[in-house]
Amino acid sequence: MRRPAPPVYSPTVQRLEGLAKLTGRECYVDDFPLEEFLWGATVRSPAPRGRITRIHFDPDIEWSQFTVVDYRDVPGPNVIALIESDQPVLAPGYVRHVHEAVVLLAHPDRAALRRAVAAVRIEVAAEPAVFDFRVTPRPNQIQYGPDNILKHLRISKGDVERGLAGAPIVVEGTYETGAQEHLYLEPQGMIAALEGDVLVVRGSMQCPYYILKALREALGRDETRLRVIQTPTGGGFGGKEEYPSTIALHAALLALQSGKPVKIVYDRGEDMAATTKRHPSLVRHRTGVTPDGRLLAQDIEVVMDGGAYVTLSPVVLSRGIIHAAGPYACDHVRVDGRAMFSNAVPFGAFRGFGAPQTHFANERHMDRIAARLGLDPAELRRRNLLRDEESTATGQVIRDGTDRRAVLEQALLLADYDAKRAAHTRFNRSSAAKRRGIGIATFHHGAGFTGSGEVMLASRLVVAGLPDGTVEVRSANIEMGQGTLTVFTALAAQRLGLDPAHVRIAEADTARVPNSGPTVASRTAMVVGRLVERACDDLLRRLGAEAATGDAVRAAIRHWHEGHRGAELLGEARYTPPPGVVWDDVRYRGDAYGTFAWGAYVAEVEVDLRTYETRVIDFVAVQEVGKVLHEVLARGQVQGGVAQAIGWALLEDCRWKDGAMANAQLTNYLIPTSDDLPAIRVAFLETPYPYGAQGAKGLGELPMDGPAPAIVNAVAAATGADPCVIPLTPERLMADIKNAEHGTRNAELRQVGR
Amino acid sequence: MNNSALRTPHSTLTISFTLNGSPISLDVDPTDRLLDTLRYRLGLTGTKEGCGEGECGACTVYLDGLPVNSCLVPTYQVRGRRVATVESLPGARLDPLLAHGATQCGACTPGVAMTACWIIDHPDLLGSHTVRELLAGNLCRCTGYDGIVDGIAAALQARR
Amino acid sequence: MKLLQPSSLTDALAILAGEPGVVPIAGGTDLLVHWPTRPPEHDKTYLDLSALAELGGVRWSESELQLGALATYWDVIADRRAAQELPLLVQAARLVGAIQILTRGTWGGNIVNASPAADGVPVLMAYDARVVLESVRGREEVPLAEFYTGYRQMRKAGDQLVVAIRVPRREYTMQQFHKVGSRRAQAIAKVGLALTRSAAGWRVVAASMGPTIRRCPALERLLAGGVDLREPEALLPAIAHDTSPIDDIRSSAEYRRVVMARVLFSALREG
Repeated sequence: MRRPAPPVYSPTVQRLEGLAKLTGRECYVDDFPLEEFLWGATVRSPAPRGRITRIHFDPDIEWSQFTVVDYRDVPGPNVIALIESDQPVLAPGYVRHVHEAVVLLAHPDRAALRRAVAAVRIEVAAEPAVFDFRVTPRPNQIQYGPDNILKHLRISKGDVERGLAGAPIVVEGTYETGAQEHLYLEPQGMIAALEGDVLVVRGSMQCPYYILKALREALGRDETRLRVIQTPTGGGFGGKEEYPSTIALHAALLALQSGKPVKIVYDRGEDMAATTKRHPSLVRHRTGVTPDGRLLAQDIEVVMDGGAYVTLSPVVLSRGIIHAAGPYACDHVRVDGRAMFSNAVPFGAFRGFGAPQTHFANERHMDRIAARLGLDPAELRRRNLLRDEESTATGQVIRDGTDRRAVLEQALLLADYDAKRAAHTRFNRSSAAKRRGIGIATFHHGAGFTGSGEVMLASRLVVAGLPDGTVEVRSANIEMGQGTLTVFTALAAQRLGLDPAHVRIAEADTARVPNSGPTVASRTAMVVGRLVERACDDLLRRLGAEAATGDAVRAAIRHWHEGHRGAELLGEARYTPPPGVVWDDVRYRGDAYGTFAWGAYVAEVEVDLRTYETRVIDFVAVQEVGKVLHEVLARGQVQGGVAQAIGWALLEDCRWKDGAMANAQLTNYLIPTSDDLPAIRVAFLETPYPYGAQGAKGLGELPMDGPAPAIVNAVAAATGADPCVIPLTPERLMADIKNAEHGTRNAELRQVGR
Repeated sequence: MNNSALRTPHSTLTISFTLNGSPISLDVDPTDRLLDTLRYRLGLTGTKEGCGEGECGACTVYLDGLPVNSCLVPTYQVRGRRVATVESLPGARLDPLLAHGATQCGACTPGVAMTACWIIDHPDLLGSHTVRELLAGNLCRCTGYDGIVDGIAAALQARR
Repeated sequence: MKLLQPSSLTDALAILAGEPGVVPIAGGTDLLVHWPTRPPEHDKTYLDLSALAELGGVRWSESELQLGALATYWDVIADRRAAQELPLLVQAARLVGAIQILTRGTWGGNIVNASPAADGVPVLMAYDARVVLESVRGREEVPLAEFYTGYRQMRKAGDQLVVAIRVPRREYTMQQFHKVGSRRAQAIAKVGLALTRSAAGWRVVAASMGPTIRRCPALERLLAGGVDLREPEALLPAIAHDTSPIDDIRSSAEYRRVVMARVLFSALREG
């Protein structure tokens, strides 16, 4: 199947829709022209748990002017189809979290609608709720299974007890991470409208086919009468993976009831309060090491807060535990992971999907081990990073030919690590109010669905040759800023030797595009991009023009259509797993991912001892990603991911009341501004992955994994404190520094024998 | 469409102002924000609502030549004044931003473009302010701001 | 909603005298926040001041700076003389928020919004500013330091309008403003501190440290006494006397107290 290398068109093709975005012409869901439509809104539970005793509609309002929907209006089963079908579309007389949707309203006037929402009072007979996922629930708080455990997963490699017993030194630590709000700049929104007998749903989303499935199930409507179309999506980060199904169903119910198009667009406060967030976590480590720093045994316990419904928690937990032991070689590993039910607004997909939480713990713990042994943190990592033919915690043997130490060395070099460490020692001696430090993290991220997930997705993609000799890529993978349109265009153009102007990407419309899977899990460029290439190859095969390129391809396409008037010329590709990938989903053993991307990040911080504020003053991000498909886009992914992770590490503090966000305003939930960030320096190493598009590996999530531990390690180096909880707000750091000054450590360091 | 059972009746008022260089006169509801008027009355949907609390800057427009958050401006206050929106920016001015990756998802982008062009038009401000400081009212969740800052720097360079 | 758009200050004052409960609006940066989701606010009567030219301007005289109530932060930032002579006004203005806020937010609005976390108020107070109030009954001046009587309570009658702020011109031997927010740019203050020293003595003003922004008499006495401070903790008793910080969603009382002491200590050290 090897073909002569096609002529390469400029790889610096600009982001295709970039100018439309810069000039405001890009048409998002709230910009979509609509006539004679209703605005839709949601009346939500005021209580975290209990039976709804009464729904009171203020009699001063002329309710006949409103479309009103509750759970009794759901035609099919009242569930939002996902992993478990436990979450209702609308609360059926019982609520499990604050902000749970109970009643839907629609009206042509948005201001009138807002008043009406405030005029519905939901009364709940409160029952004991559970808010702290870290403690064992009392019997009257049990609401899921016998123990509120949503999912329990284990990884076991070697014999961890034996490994710990034989270890001369055992280091322990407990680490916690907070929830994080996605804060995509475009709030969630959806439009539903009947077009003839077809219910058409348009909106901001990552996964059109997830929504199609949810509509099919709960509306009891077959797919021929359903159509889901993605509108340009103003950021997702996982927040528009599963949640949009809920809004789509709500808009659909109101549209079916009223017979009119219905638009629901959340305002920022509602979006922050009612939609998913990153799972809070608690991770305990117990690690056996030799005095010279070799890892002998890693015993890891991972607990995550799932919130009030299962949503995606089982798979977030899965990815979390698979990454929990880090990119290190260790013979004895045990990871025990639990996702816990709580009466919090459900947590969900967020860039990194469980891995940032466990990487934070592991990389902080590596620094604690280094401190315990008196080793340079970089040296400890050098000694333990996986070499080819060594295996991960699940027993996946790594043999991708990449040099993980080179990734680390490159990062240290760019950051001027050794010189900075020396300079900081001098600086910290001379400055009264400021402390500087440098910290590192080495980490990995598996791209694509975990285990056999990609096989089960069975993604399919089509490249159509059109009568005018141009081609159209038809996939369900969407653009949300990460560059799908540009990358797919470039991949198809390069594969066929075409000018990118002769390639278009079809709108993600379930009536027109096959199901190439969700736009999640860093899979789009690597996995689906590979399908683009293979579908292009198939197109050429159908043309009998395997060796053709450029104008010859266009001529062949036109010629085909002359002989097949009215027919469609389709090149097709279906996912096939890379050879030799074996995963045991019961024992959690084997090849968790086709491949991993590797990263080494270095953060330099300055801490102000007057205010305990931490400022990141330099950041170096080096990663091995197989192949960079587009320099500007790839760099942008890393810089944006690092910025988002800096927010998670230092600023973004979800405050809770009854399991709901108490600071659901941008005034009180602070994300980094341009003035809070340094320039983020990015470098890539490339060892092509044979089963990714042009050799690419997944990139989107990787940059979320490294910054938090690198930064907190830098703060520890700067201050001598031992912070173990993020976000590391000034208030927390004040307490951490105080603890360090008083010689009490957050968690005990224990030496076992010698 | 007004539901009289629900809302205090507002008398509309007529205002005239200059929009993107052309005079305009229209009846507005006194509760309308400039953002609402632009988006839902005039169909100028380039201006985005990101937060409605003056934090994110996605709704940035120029009022008498100065950047403001249109979500915090009552429409009645623009009578007799000059309003310019992202639709008034010539595409060619935005090339350096495009080339440096200043836009990803695009939701913050029109506001970013407005502030960026304002900075580029007032290089004298950079004697006392940094680009990052002047840009701090435009939240972006995708780029980490480097692409925006680099794009502005390139545009400033090109002006010299 | 009822909207009144007077064309002169006289008309505006007549309206205020005649219609109790009318809400004056200037730059809108406080009143319009989350506007669509606050329908009760839509039922009020508003008095639009934005067209009243006589309330604008940054005017210098021999003895004072007079800020019109509608002077914006950006007006002050753009005033070269302010940066030289009353630099804390410029520093505080720059920290209020983003450029989009600075071009709209007014000094008069900052005063009457009466937020305990305001940025403009502490520096004005440290400069001994006086608030000029006007009504149909006449003109009145209140020292800003005596203007706030409780949480969001002011010495301003319903018919009075803040029309100007008068800031005396003096020689200062020390002037500093520190704002500790959760983020470097455009964050609400967790601790604000304005500090001046002139022939009139020390002024220490704390923001976000109690229900109102206020001067700190115990700290001012301590500094006037010329005590040699060895460590930040030495300031804590006076801070405890002068302030009453609380735990809220932005910070904790302990953090506020400790950080105020450390920032003040460091400010005094560095002069």
